[in-house]
Amino acid sequence: MKNIIALFLREFKSYFLSPIAYVVLTMFLVITGYFFYANISVFLDYMMNMMMQAQYYRQMPPPVNVNEFVIMPLFHNFSIILLFMLPMITMRLFAEEKKTMTIELLMTSPLTTVQTILGKYLAALALFVIMLLPTIFYFVIIGIYGNPELYPIITAYVGLFFLGASLMAVGLLISSLTENQIIAAAVTFGIYLLMWTIGWMSSFAGPKFAEVINYLSIINHYNDFTRGIIDTKHILFYISFAFFGLYLTFRSVESIRWRV
Amino acid sequence: MIRVEKISKEFGNKQVLFDIEFEVTKGEVLGFLGPNGAGKTTTMRILTGFLPATRGTASVAGFDIFEKSLEARRNIGYLPESPPLYYEMTVKDYLEFVARIKGIAWNEISKRVEEVMDKVNVTHMKNRLTGKLSKGYKQRVGLAQAMIHNPPILILDEPTSGLDPKQIIEVRELIKNLSGDHTVILSTHILPEATLLCERVLIINEGKIIAQDSPANLDKKLKGVEKLYVEVSGPKDEISKSLRDIPGIIDVSEDKVADGHFGFLIESEVEIDVRKDISRTIFQNNWDLFELRAFGMSLEEIFLQLTTKEEEV
Repeated sequence: MKNIIALFLREFKSYFLSPIAYVVLTMFLVITGYFFYANISVFLDYMMNMMMQAQYYRQMPPPVNVNEFVIMPLFHNFSIILLFMLPMITMRLFAEEKKTMTIELLMTSPLTTVQTILGKYLAALALFVIMLLPTIFYFVIIGIYGNPELYPIITAYVGLFFLGASLMAVGLLISSLTENQIIAAAVTFGIYLLMWTIGWMSSFAGPKFAEVINYLSIINHYNDFTRGIIDTKHILFYISFAFFGLYLTFRSVESIRWRV
Repeated sequence: MIRVEKISKEFGNKQVLFDIEFEVTKGEVLGFLGPNGAGKTTTMRILTGFLPATRGTASVAGFDIFEKSLEARRNIGYLPESPPLYYEMTVKDYLEFVARIKGIAWNEISKRVEEVMDKVNVTHMKNRLTGKLSKGYKQRVGLAQAMIHNPPILILDEPTSGLDPKQIIEVRELIKNLSGDHTVILSTHILPEATLLCERVLIINEGKIIAQDSPANLDKKLKGVEKLYVEVSGPKDEISKSLRDIPGIIDVSEDKVADGHFGFLIESEVEIDVRKDISRTIFQNNWDLFELRAFGMSLEEIFLQLTTKEEEV
């Protein structure tokens, strides 16, 4: 446990000693902020039209739900932005150590491979959580001017966390396979895109196969979370996905000894 | 302290180590000597648990390096060829991190880091980024990293490579101070360094140990033949013939002629001192002796002779 903490601390601090953390955090906030503004603008425009229509027909304006019209799409946007941001967080984890051969220090120290992987994975996870924290501010603003339901926001964050955690397990695996950070980021991003868009293929596949494809599509499992539903089925999917990624990383890191 | 039993290593189809076998006793300083690509680094990496061996095994401080890898690693301090530094960390932070992963109790870490920085003389640099240090300081921090958990065994891969002469002397001093308390294995391709630092030298070439002994013994053993130079005036052929008749002399070749003196290069067996026989022969024949000198080979020559393949010119 102490070893994991030591590795975690070093890895986490290193994010902030290099520009990576600042760049990723800033970019994430800029892009999500832009989407927040855009979604709100579209929503206001829509509201305005509804009001004018209601006045024209001399009726009460229909009730509009801010959760459905602003918050749900916003969380969906978050999940897509993650596909672009997370490779930048995970790319360096093993690739850099292999390039500078500091991996030799880790592998000749009394550390187990599991400790090494967990230390790095948790550090990336911590940065990810820190990246999400400022976005709470958007919902505070909505809360001040509107009357959103709180519960779906919380479940959406839970979903986002699980989504990110399983995506980062893939990133960690790819990083352990190369010593080039650019390659790690590019391949990770490619895999993310495939895992996201594979669901689109389901309408062209047979009924049985479509189900499999839909199940594999990593974003599909996230949709229920944004609707305020926490389904153990989806949590189980993400956890087993992350576990599988970490297991493959374990095999890959063990094999570094044979490949150097 | 260290026992290596018939270790072989293959990378794909290429075998780089062939049945390496040696022992190191407690407190000894052992030098690996060999040209680049001889297998020194690979041997060290196997001992430190970084690489697995294809065949054979080894034990370090009583722990099998494959069965009890973690315990073995705990007893080793390792300085790889390039010091494994995280360039974005300061010297102090870096050493604290290494102290943690080497399993030092957390409340003793800062004390231990101070001690080891003092030992390698980097205390005044403790807040500098390791990436901004000069090569010599990087090497020192590398050394500090290797000895931070006070391991009984230190394995140092080319600890003086790439340093300037002053830094080399400093690092050598450091290593000298370490011996005694620690069992040290170091690799080098510089011979004077091996003679200076090591009690025993192991010469490796193309993945095989081709000699192992103390530098002095090695010097003696590897001479194989004693070489003498004699300068005499007199009838050349007769001199040559009578020199050849002396027991123990293997070969006589003519070297140079100057002012009617003839120079001869004589090779003789090691165990027999032929000098008195040579001088007696010369005086008995009433020739004049101008010079008689033995020249031993320096380790450098031995090394070259051992590690370069003899090729016909």
